[in-house]
Amino acid sequence: MLKLRKFSGLGLLAVLALAGCRQDMHDQPRFKPLAKSDFYADLRSERPQAEGTVARGQYHEDTYFYSGKIGSDPGDYMPFPVTEDVLARGQQRFNIYCAPCHSRVGDGNGMIVQRGYRHPPSYHIDRLRKAPIGYFFDVMTNGFGAMPDYSAQVPPRDRWCIAAYIRALQLSQNATSADVPQGQKIPSDNLVFRGEPGSGATPPEMAPAEQASEKGEGTK
Amino acid sequence: MQIFHRSSNAIARASILAVALIAGLALYVILELDRSPYVTYEKVARPQPVPFSHQHHVAGLGIDCRYCHTSVENSNFAGIPPTKTCMNCHSQIWTNAALLEPVRDSFRTGHSLVWTRVNDLPDYVYFNHSIHINKGVGCNTCHGPVDRMPLMYNNASLRMEWCLDCHRAPDKYLRPRDQVFNMRYQQPSNDQPLSLDGQEFTDQRTLGKYLIQKHNLRTVADITSCSTCHR
Repeated sequence: MLKLRKFSGLGLLAVLALAGCRQDMHDQPRFKPLAKSDFYADLRSERPQAEGTVARGQYHEDTYFYSGKIGSDPGDYMPFPVTEDVLARGQQRFNIYCAPCHSRVGDGNGMIVQRGYRHPPSYHIDRLRKAPIGYFFDVMTNGFGAMPDYSAQVPPRDRWCIAAYIRALQLSQNATSADVPQGQKIPSDNLVFRGEPGSGATPPEMAPAEQASEKGEGTK
Repeated sequence: MQIFHRSSNAIARASILAVALIAGLALYVILELDRSPYVTYEKVARPQPVPFSHQHHVAGLGIDCRYCHTSVENSNFAGIPPTKTCMNCHSQIWTNAALLEPVRDSFRTGHSLVWTRVNDLPDYVYFNHSIHINKGVGCNTCHGPVDRMPLMYNNASLRMEWCLDCHRAPDKYLRPRDQVFNMRYQQPSNDQPLSLDGQEFTDQRTLGKYLIQKHNLRTVADITSCSTCHR
């Protein structure tokens, strides 16, 4: 009995000693995503694809879907039907990847441009309003002029969603009163901030002025 | 013959108590030390090859988290951007800045920038970013006010008790999916109700319970089971 107590005391000490330091199991000798490796000459654990191989999903049978081109000319149709979800996805992705330069309305006055990047053309000029939709896909895929390519950051389907949304932006900036549904007020009510403005990374929450003042928040 | 004075009895008794006290104190100190930033690096900025400021890029320029961390929504790893992502802008902006020389050098030579990992979970923990994002856990719920971090630090201890705080009661933190990347999100209150799916929420617990249903969260018993994270 006494012996057992002695051992449990030792055990407790051992546990305490271990609790105080980082253990080997914290950092196991295996490759973690993008981690450094001393095994390879370039110090990368991520290995490039072996030359001459095609991974699953890399065989691009539907060339139009992956290039936006028919032959060498950009095509002018969407490879999948444009639904509300597609446009919503396009808007979300546009605001993440494109708006920093092209701005949320597509006039090319985004924040990065204001900080000195070369001004991209507005989407609302005649040339781009007439450009086929595959052209936008191709520019996103391969870059154009000062614009780098976004093929690594935006997967193909999202690029098509963005292209569809750019079309919607172009329509929005050239809408007429005939496009407004019956009964809708023009101009619509001013939007007001609800609570703290967003950080910029995400849009602040907005509500029509009328609705906000009903809740006693007013147009402060 | 009496060698020890009578008062020795009291000292002997007191020393028994003292041993217990000292042992208790030592235990307390060790446990607190293990929880302290000295061990967890909580809120301690780490040196990096380039003093990258999340504050400048997120709050100053309004760049979304996903512009760089592209795989956060559909992979267990949020993704560290390749040097090319930096050069998307810095091929034209701050092209002469000495601070950015390591970035340009990396782009020219193809050698990776060696960043110091800040939010580093122990290797015996399985963690997946995408499931947290898609169930409505905001970026800053775990990562803290990244938009106010000139240098990156881990906002929490990353200890298991910290993980379990949320896994035991996810309704304390869940938010609507479209608010996950909002760095200034505020939980609903009476002053600032949140409307979602035609309902008005004025407190976090009600919203959280609703989102548990809406986002199909597994039960607390499931997500606090050992093998959920220790696989």
